Amino acid sequence: MDQILGNLSLLFEFPVVNVKIILDGVMIGALFALAAYGLALVWGVMNVKNLAQGDFVITGGYVAWWLSGQGLPPLLGVPIAFVVLWGIGWVIYKLVISRVIERDLFTSLLATFGLAIMIAQLLNLMFGSDTQSIQLKYDTLYFFDGFVDVPIAKLIGVLMAISLAAAVIIFMKTSRMGQAIRATAQDARAARVLGIDTDKVYAFTFSLNSAICGAAGAIIVMVWVIQPFYGISYSIRAFVIVTAAGLGNLPGVIAAGLGIGVAEQYGAHIFGIGYQQAVAVLLLLLVLMIRMLQQRRMRQSLK
Amino acid sequence: MNTKNIIFYVALLVLTAIAPFLFPDFRTQLATLWLMIVVAMTWDMTGGQMGYNSLGNILFYGTGMYVAAVISIGMVHDVGAYTDAGRLELMTFTERQYFVGAIVGIIGAGLFCSVTAIVVGYVTFGLRGPYFAIGTLGVAIAAGELVSNWGWIGGGQGISLPVYPGNFDVGKLFFYYLFAGTGVVLFMFLKWLYSTRFGAAINAIRDDEEKAEAMGIHTMRYKLTTWAMAAFFVGIVGGISGFQLIHFEPLETAYQTTNLGIFMVVCVLLGGKGTLWGPVIGAILFHFIKEVTWNYFLGWQWVALGALIVVTVVYFQDGVMGWLAHRKPQSPRL
Amino acid sequence: MKKLTYTGLLAGLIAGASMLFAHSSMAQECEDLVLGSAISLTGKYATNGVHAQNGYEFAVKKIAQAGGVKVGDKCYNFKVVYYDDESKGDRAATLVERLVNQDKVQYMLGPYSSGMTKAIAPVTEKYQIPMVEAEGASRSLFNQGYKYLFAVLSTSEQYLASAIALAAEKAQASGSTPSSVKVAIAVENDPFSLDIRAGVLEDAEKFGMQIVIDEQLPRDLSDMSAILTKVKLLKPDVLVVSGHSKGAATAVRQIGEQNIDVPMIAITHCEAADVVGNFGAAANDFLCSTQWAESLTYEDPIFGSASNYEKEFKSAYPEYAQKKVPYQTAQASAAVYVFKDAFERAGTLDKQAIRNALSATDLATFYGQIKFSEAGNNIAKPMVLRQIQDGVYNVVAPSNFASHALNWPRKP
Repeated sequence: MDQILGNLSLLFEFPVVNVKIILDGVMIGALFALAAYGLALVWGVMNVKNLAQGDFVITGGYVAWWLSGQGLPPLLGVPIAFVVLWGIGWVIYKLVISRVIERDLFTSLLATFGLAIMIAQLLNLMFGSDTQSIQLKYDTLYFFDGFVDVPIAKLIGVLMAISLAAAVIIFMKTSRMGQAIRATAQDARAARVLGIDTDKVYAFTFSLNSAICGAAGAIIVMVWVIQPFYGISYSIRAFVIVTAAGLGNLPGVIAAGLGIGVAEQYGAHIFGIGYQQAVAVLLLLLVLMIRMLQQRRMRQSLK
Repeated sequence: MNTKNIIFYVALLVLTAIAPFLFPDFRTQLATLWLMIVVAMTWDMTGGQMGYNSLGNILFYGTGMYVAAVISIGMVHDVGAYTDAGRLELMTFTERQYFVGAIVGIIGAGLFCSVTAIVVGYVTFGLRGPYFAIGTLGVAIAAGELVSNWGWIGGGQGISLPVYPGNFDVGKLFFYYLFAGTGVVLFMFLKWLYSTRFGAAINAIRDDEEKAEAMGIHTMRYKLTTWAMAAFFVGIVGGISGFQLIHFEPLETAYQTTNLGIFMVVCVLLGGKGTLWGPVIGAILFHFIKEVTWNYFLGWQWVALGALIVVTVVYFQDGVMGWLAHRKPQSPRL
Repeated sequence: MKKLTYTGLLAGLIAGASMLFAHSSMAQECEDLVLGSAISLTGKYATNGVHAQNGYEFAVKKIAQAGGVKVGDKCYNFKVVYYDDESKGDRAATLVERLVNQDKVQYMLGPYSSGMTKAIAPVTEKYQIPMVEAEGASRSLFNQGYKYLFAVLSTSEQYLASAIALAAEKAQASGSTPSSVKVAIAVENDPFSLDIRAGVLEDAEKFGMQIVIDEQLPRDLSDMSAILTKVKLLKPDVLVVSGHSKGAATAVRQIGEQNIDVPMIAITHCEAADVVGNFGAAANDFLCSTQWAESLTYEDPIFGSASNYEKEFKSAYPEYAQKKVPYQTAQASAAVYVFKDAFERAGTLDKQAIRNALSATDLATFYGQIKFSEAGNNIAKPMVLRQIQDGVYNVVAPSNFASHALNWPRKP
């Protein structure tokens, strides 16, 4: 308790801490938002709740890490991870996901959970269980007497995340496929009647999601660290964000992503980083409860 | 119940009783098998019979483990001193203290978990479908994280209980019969419960909750009661597991959300949801497959298990019971 | 119809059960002497689990080359049966049951980490299986009254004790008092690191030092910048980090990245995480506690000197060529050697006699002297503290082993 109070008082004694915490939170939050956006897509379009989301992220990270080990420039890892994960996503769609779309909602949760276990273990067998990262040889910028540090690598990572998100948004708004995806999300049957090949749309959506996650992972491995079993923590965050923001609400996803990033950093500062995961999960429960109360007011239940 | 039925059940009961003597080298695995059967049957109470797919029933397993341990330690020693990381002196238990502590602790664990289920359920049963699954999973993960940060009960170090006093062969039988006894009692209880009005009511909730409500069923009361009963049994086997394992820690052993927490669901799906025998058959099959993969696919065991989950869920969701019913539609449901 | 289903079901059950139980113990070749070990090949401890396994295998090979284990007038070669405990305690305990019951193993080598050892020790104790373990250092292993547990390594509270003593010394030398020293602690939430923390707290209390940060690292650690921010604000004189390989890697990386200026930083698992190879200059001036250093002057007839051990191990396992051989490997080899010594002194395979021989061990090895207390921990070997100076590990404490002077204060 004393420690918590002490940590709180630090926030007021040294206001610059808040700058640092918010900055750190926004940077990690941007990547959470990216993974969450992919989840919102598959959830909204094909009603699949993908628990392997975080494992796609980690896989992307390993693709980039492996390539940089082969001597490729690390930044190139991001587009390559995007492409590789697109392929992996497509295969997984054909083998598994396409068979759970029409099924009971719980099925997709469990099936993707099985996938998550498999992916994590395959990564472990291929790359070992060490934590890995790519060291970028960039400087660090310092502000406020060297108190707030912003590694340029982090900055590049966040910029790449933003441009990827922007590209996806533009694609969804303008392209023919983007329109088909949005139409399918609104009403799959009507879309089919209007001649949209929904199976193709589903395959495309799932692969796109997987590719977005892969790119996010490739950024993460340059800025933070990855390990085969870290997937679940990204999955949890993605679920928190999507549950909070709702489906098909892109500004909401971004806001919730940044919000949870910042909230976690504050939680880690105040309660200690041992509570970081607990903070994320408790936020999820909080969000669920708030949404439930909203629904109850409208005499509905959260389905 | 006709004669053939009685013979069948008596034979099974006898098999249960003599199994540890038929396979003396496998007593611990057999005990674990009963653990799996119990958690699968309890999961099916809400998941199969009532239509509420929880991913967080492991909450009661972990909580049961900790409650039983803390009660049994607390009856003899100061818990905080016992779990202190730098403790140097021995803290021992007499034989009497061990058994009294174990029995009181295990029963206490069951009761505590029932209360927990009512409290947690009061909130989570407002959620439906996947939100209920994610919500309960969240509660279980959060509980594990909080326990792992709670220094008084050992935090991330976990707790070491005393070793079973006396002959270890007898000890193994002791745990086998505790698990098997719980399983048999639970089975008979469920067989009776599902034949009552109560069973019909929770099935009605599964089939259409709004309609059930409209028919005058107090759905919340039924949901809480069912979950509390399930939690009681899970808490009991959690408590027994703690004493059997001797040492356990919060994240990997007690609140093992991604292991046992999911295995119980897979067992039920494998065997057949919403049937009395499905969870039992599923647990036996699953335990068997798990032991084989761990023996022969060292390193690949999780890949094999993940694949099993995917295949079961995607291609075989009606389980063994569903398959039997499909093959022999006219044969009675077990 | 009904009868058919029931009998079919019952037959299926029995067939399944008998298949399950058909897999029984392996055939034992006459000159093989089987040891069992559940070790972390996957999960959070896998890095060090593999280090330990390599140490076991290397020792098995070396002992075989040196003529095997002579028990009475017969000759044996060790053979180790491994299972993967997945870094999960309950799995480890189950696997020991299997090793004992199905594989009929009579002697055990330890797993990796205090947590796994704590899960296994009660089971081996229950079966009265002697276990020599090399990777479980927490004192909480040795306050349970176990009789069949022997650890070749020093207990964890000693890991960083000399760092605290050094900090006190430096404070005095620079004109202030030890009680003015501010200590920051960040340790993983597991039995090993929590015991390190307990040890540091005890020592800090002895000097009257002030604890300014006392936090625990989560299992899935990837970012400790929240703690480092506090370090910047509260300016401790000593920062202690312990969290196996993952903790070491994260600490070195982020301390460098965030330009943390603390006069003394002491961590564990530098060699196992290969912080010099991975982070280069960022690792400079870190203090690393180690159970063993190849520069020490221990030796024995099987492995030769400590430096010879390192050389031969590297040629047997080329993947270690570019880095330090971690002490996790050395102590694993030492554990196998302790078994050889006990078997030869006992002159029988009886596990009770082996247990007694083990408890009477007083053996000079390349890893250091090994002699067990009543509780089973090794009381004959000190911990040493090395500092990474320009990419080289130099022993700086305790003073009778020190080859170099301490760089203090550390330059960020």
